[in-house]
Amino acid sequence: MPYEPLLLRNAGKPGSETIDAYLASGGYQGLRRVLKESTPEKMVEEVKASGLRGRGGAGFATGVKWGFLPKTRDKPRYLCINADESEPGTFKDRLLIEKDPHLVLEGIILSAYAIECRTAFFYIRGEFHQGCRVFQRAVDEAYAKGFLGKNILGSGYDLDLVLYRGAGAYICGEETALLESLEGKRGLPRIKPPFPAIVGLYGCPTIINNVETLANVTLIAERGAAWYATIGRPPKNTGPKLYCLSGHVKRPGVYEAPLGVPLMELIEERAGGLLRPDRPLKAVVPGGSSMRILPASKCDVLMDFDSLVAAGSMLGSAAVIVMDAGTCMVWALLSLARFYAHESCGQCTPCREGTGWFVKILERLEAGQGRPEDVDLLTDVANKVEGNTICPFGEAIAWPVQSYVKTFREEYEEHVRRKGCPLAATATVS
Amino acid sequence: MSLPVREETDRRIDELKGRFPHQGSALLPALYLIQEEKGYISDEAMEYVAGKIDVSPAFVAGVVSFYTLFHRGPTGRHHIQVCRTLPCALRGCQDLIAHLERRLGIKVGGTTPDGRFSLATVECLGACDTAPMLQIGDRDHGPLDARAVDALLESLR
Repeated sequence: MPYEPLLLRNAGKPGSETIDAYLASGGYQGLRRVLKESTPEKMVEEVKASGLRGRGGAGFATGVKWGFLPKTRDKPRYLCINADESEPGTFKDRLLIEKDPHLVLEGIILSAYAIECRTAFFYIRGEFHQGCRVFQRAVDEAYAKGFLGKNILGSGYDLDLVLYRGAGAYICGEETALLESLEGKRGLPRIKPPFPAIVGLYGCPTIINNVETLANVTLIAERGAAWYATIGRPPKNTGPKLYCLSGHVKRPGVYEAPLGVPLMELIEERAGGLLRPDRPLKAVVPGGSSMRILPASKCDVLMDFDSLVAAGSMLGSAAVIVMDAGTCMVWALLSLARFYAHESCGQCTPCREGTGWFVKILERLEAGQGRPEDVDLLTDVANKVEGNTICPFGEAIAWPVQSYVKTFREEYEEHVRRKGCPLAATATVS
Repeated sequence: MSLPVREETDRRIDELKGRFPHQGSALLPALYLIQEEKGYISDEAMEYVAGKIDVSPAFVAGVVSFYTLFHRGPTGRHHIQVCRTLPCALRGCQDLIAHLERRLGIKVGGTTPDGRFSLATVECLGACDTAPMLQIGDRDHGPLDARAVDALLESLR
């Protein structure tokens, strides 16, 4: 039976971003039912039972995260929605925000209700101009129809939602940097613990959830945890997932499939296969640029949290970056190193200095001035960055460096031996 | 002392302060308002907004310099931001950048003498399905080849 999309069920239809279209397709029924029949505690249990794991990158169980909030009620609780989608290769949240904002919004209201929060903040990437416009309109519509504001649908529950535009900083997708930014500061990640569930926004208990995660909460409220938990690869990898295909494929785009879809099915069937028939697959980054690379020989893998860890990488943001045989792995890593050097917040020495070292060494290799010891030096510096920074940004550059060098070591050595890039002429599709 | 911004902007910044549990959160949206009016954030504007939000001018300067979307000086009427990160690089953004430099007669970081265009490279804009792509003002354009980019430049006066 063909897979019936759940997260993208409305996204392709004209006018899908309006509340009228959303209501006509049965939208906000889950919220109505929950506010009438359920309680916050039951809603948390429902999400726990669904097995939903966060779709932002770490894959942490959403219901469990909610459960970390303190039992006391002496401070307000906040929900922050992470719409700062910036991991290179990732553009799924953008699609949801622009094409089905009410699916996301319903999930936000349900989740805020579950964690007993009365003010939520939608932190959206500053560069997402269209998304910001569409979402603000959706919020205004929801207020006008009584889905936001005081006494939602007569339930006695109040919720306000404030849109907050980021201003161009990859690091603000890290949850504690996001909180700093939302407080009007430079986006420098905080030391954990304390975790945001205990000390978050303005020092108050705070939950930060990704956009796609919250859209999944809508599905759970609509059709129940038992149904949801049958999708994908239960018990630990449940639900539908959005996969972003980019790079050397014929049809780059966002594709929905259950967790656990084969990687090669996404590349060959959904994205139409490789861009150029004369260039076979060389490697794939399966989960956004921060994740370890898989050579073509390891691409027979299922796209879920645990299968990809077993294969030596991670699902991350499910951004599948496809590279064909014309791609130089020194050049590709240099591109990423420049990204991370530019985006490092500069707070921790290993990350601030290490990213600069990677750029210098890789530029040297690519320019034909590489030294024999450079190949090991890359790994050595990466090992000293990994685990030695406040936030996971250190790993986000250490893992690519370690894995590109290890997997394609011969190519790095060849750059030194041949004093330059053997693939310089074919590195792109131009 | 006269205001460095329009009264309307000043009033909207006051409104913003009341919108958040802590008024410090109003800083980023206030900077956006100022930039919308002035095109960039001047030293004078930083001092002004510091006074409004009750933080030091140095604190504001730290924030402004941290975020790439705040400009410290004027840009061209059309500020072209070309994505240069890996997914766009795999689809040939280097050629797009080189073409723009030739066509506009400026290097990345420059502004055309008539002030019509400025050119910058930026990191991943989260639109890799349309690679290679760029953003001008509040609109994304992609995928772009040389001909499409020429037509785009023509359409922007």
